[in-house]
Amino acid sequence: MLLELKNIQQAYGQQLVVNNLSLRLEKGQIGCLLGPSGCGKTSVLRCIAGFEPVIAGEILLSGTTVSSDSVFLPPEQRRIGMVFQDYALFPHLTVINNIGFGLHQLPKNDRASRVNELLGTVGLSDAANKYPHELSGGQQQRVALARALAPRPDLLLLDEPFSNLDVSLRERLSLEVREILKNQNTTAILVTHDQNEAFAIADEIGVMHRGEIQQWDSAYNLYHRPANRFVANFIGQGVFLPGQVLDPKRVEIELGVLTADIPHQCSPADQICGKGCRVDVLLRPDDIVHDDSSLLQATVLHKAFRGADILYTLSLPSGTSALSLVPSHHNHAIGEKIGIRLEADHVVAFPSS
Amino acid sequence: MKVETLSIAARNGNKLTSLSRYLSSNHRPVSVWRLIPFLVAALVLIPIGTILSSFFAPTSDIWQHLVETTLLSLLINTFWLALGVVSGTTLLGVSLAWLTAVCEFPGRKLFSWALLLPLAVPAYVTAFVVLGLFDFTGPVQSAFHSWLGPDAWFPEVRGRMGVITVMVLAFYPYVYLLARNAFLTQGKRSLEASQSLGLNRTQGFFRVALPMARPWIAGGVMLALMETLADFGTVAVFNYDTFTTAIYKAWFGMFSLAAASQLASLLLVIIFALIVVEQQIRIRMRYAEVKQSARADRIALSGWRSATATALASGTLFFAFLLPIGQLVIWAANSLVQDLDSRYLGFLWHSLLLSTLAALLTCTVALLLVYATRRHPDAATRNAVRIATLGYALPGTVLAVGMFVPLASLDNWIGEVTLQLFQIETGLMIQGTLAIMLLAYLTRFLAVSHSPIDSAMQRITSSIDEASMSMGINGWMMLRRVHLPILKSGIFTAGALVFVDVMKEMPITLMTRPFGWDTLSVRIFEMTSEGAWEQAALPAVALVISGLIPIILFMRQTEK
Repeated sequence: MLLELKNIQQAYGQQLVVNNLSLRLEKGQIGCLLGPSGCGKTSVLRCIAGFEPVIAGEILLSGTTVSSDSVFLPPEQRRIGMVFQDYALFPHLTVINNIGFGLHQLPKNDRASRVNELLGTVGLSDAANKYPHELSGGQQQRVALARALAPRPDLLLLDEPFSNLDVSLRERLSLEVREILKNQNTTAILVTHDQNEAFAIADEIGVMHRGEIQQWDSAYNLYHRPANRFVANFIGQGVFLPGQVLDPKRVEIELGVLTADIPHQCSPADQICGKGCRVDVLLRPDDIVHDDSSLLQATVLHKAFRGADILYTLSLPSGTSALSLVPSHHNHAIGEKIGIRLEADHVVAFPSS
Repeated sequence: MKVETLSIAARNGNKLTSLSRYLSSNHRPVSVWRLIPFLVAALVLIPIGTILSSFFAPTSDIWQHLVETTLLSLLINTFWLALGVVSGTTLLGVSLAWLTAVCEFPGRKLFSWALLLPLAVPAYVTAFVVLGLFDFTGPVQSAFHSWLGPDAWFPEVRGRMGVITVMVLAFYPYVYLLARNAFLTQGKRSLEASQSLGLNRTQGFFRVALPMARPWIAGGVMLALMETLADFGTVAVFNYDTFTTAIYKAWFGMFSLAAASQLASLLLVIIFALIVVEQQIRIRMRYAEVKQSARADRIALSGWRSATATALASGTLFFAFLLPIGQLVIWAANSLVQDLDSRYLGFLWHSLLLSTLAALLTCTVALLLVYATRRHPDAATRNAVRIATLGYALPGTVLAVGMFVPLASLDNWIGEVTLQLFQIETGLMIQGTLAIMLLAYLTRFLAVSHSPIDSAMQRITSSIDEASMSMGINGWMMLRRVHLPILKSGIFTAGALVFVDVMKEMPITLMTRPFGWDTLSVRIFEMTSEGAWEQAALPAVALVISGLIPIILFMRQTEK
């Protein structure tokens, strides 16, 4: 295990910002802490880097304790690289010298060849002698990445690395960064509030809320098997519809009967939902499909054109609303009644509150 | 040939008419606003031109004499003084800035603002207090010699080291202020970045914090150096000959304006070289601008380190501020009865009046400049403004000569013309008035008032204008209801800064004042040149009190 956090706690004054948080990362894995701003994700990163102490718990790097209530290894001795949100490039140094900054112990020739190698990796060989202020945002980001990778750190931390870039560049760069990290077999943790970024880069994602990890899982499972209401709400879109458990395999809602292992999904506290238990069922926009031949009718409340498809907000006969993703050539006006059909192959349900 | 030129002229004429049509169709005739920056720039260029042209003037006997006897020693004196002040202010300013910005030691909070207080004491005031206290006949040396015998060695106060020490104590706050600012705004991000790359905090200071602060440190040192070269009062008190005192002596001792302007031209060449360097530094400062990030935890000093830090800070504060102030108060109290008479009130009145007039004048011109740039934000206007605000770099002695020479000859010319044409004896219309002095003040201190007003104006974006116009408020109404409230504090700051600078100003006032217009600083010059330290104390106290105004303003601003 390359990185292990055991029940760490961190506080600013009286305010507990990280609460009993644990996670494990294997060599070569890319993890991600995803959550709204103020959830404590950056604090976790700063604890791992050694910029903040932990008030309880333990942080281990390759089996050695680096932070606990009695141990504190200073950041410069942890062999952890970091890409900062604002890049923190040294404005007085050229690209080459920024990248070579952490290689001060290497002989000159080795340093130059390592820097050249990285310039190639991030595709900045042409900008080698420029100063940070002469670079575009995307280029600065690459320099920051190359600089952090240069000393071959055991672990790389990325703090909202793409938040200063525009959307199109963000998507391209995040795929690029994943490729670079995977090629170098780098272990990394990314912190972000943007789920698309997390999905694009990370192998495993921890959704954070109020200083705790709500669920540590793959992107697929976070979307399709959220562990609790917070994760269900935070990841993707969807609405909750009231339903009733018919038997351990079936649940009935307004739109019909869904079939799956319901009790397994019923969290928190592994509460087994028996027959007749009232639940809230999560329906994603792709769980409701448009079908002109369907007898089930819903009224269009809002529509959002998104190119390939249209996201309709529908009013169901009972008055509750639901979302439906429909191919965009099915263009309906607001107020129109359209036929819909349930098409969900799994069920996400929580006991109703 | 003729036809060709005619057709070109015709074509140009067409262009002109279409241009004027274009302008009038936009209801934007070429306005006075276009001209103002160039007129003000001309005001700066006239003294510079006058002085520089004397560089090539035929050599007079007096000049020949100066070259043979004193020029070399002037250059040597200036060189050592500059070198000493530069290294002294760098060392003292940067170390105090680092200690108060990044470290924690007893008294750190108090020192971080108190170390700016020496800015309130003009260098020439510190100079005469130091001489009065430590000179051969002063109380310190007397006590020393009566204790250890008359032959015991005591450092030479009146020499080069004395002047350098006084100027370092007076000018280190410039370096301190800028370096501290740089260290504070760097925040912890860059230090963290260097830590994540394997450097500890000490290595981080030398490899990251210090290099990143370099442009600011250089900027502060540059200010200190400019002040050193422009200084007249301190070197005059110490009888340490530099270009400024030589210019004064050539004019008022040898009555040779020509020799004075030739000396001034040499000084001006040195200053120009520095301006070029300074512009380069400013450009680098702009690029090296650091994004604000959270401040790092301070490095807690302990044991001998913290004792050294406290000792350095309190020692500096003692010698640069507390000691001069204390001695001034004692002397002023002793001489209060005989000095606080109608003559003193006259000096005070002249100082206040001149400072107020100069503040009003420079603020008005600065406002005009700022509005002109707003109306025509093109390269030509910006360059004109840059020249117009160049005067801060010109030493007062140089400006005094440069203003006096052309205006005096204009005065004489008017006199002759009116006498010949109208048989009217006009006398000296310009030289007997405050005009030369005020114009010189305007040139020297325009930059001081321009920068706060300009930065206040930056806050009035063009969309603010458009917003108020869309609500039906424009013209004078907009000026009164939108612009003035936003500019108010900037104008006030500008006025206060100029006011204080003119209060302290010595060479321009001394050299261009009309007969009988003695001010506080002139009084100090006269008393100190006779070694009457006690008599100089009372006017100095008034200057120090007024000098505290901008520091208080500044502190309030940074606290916000």
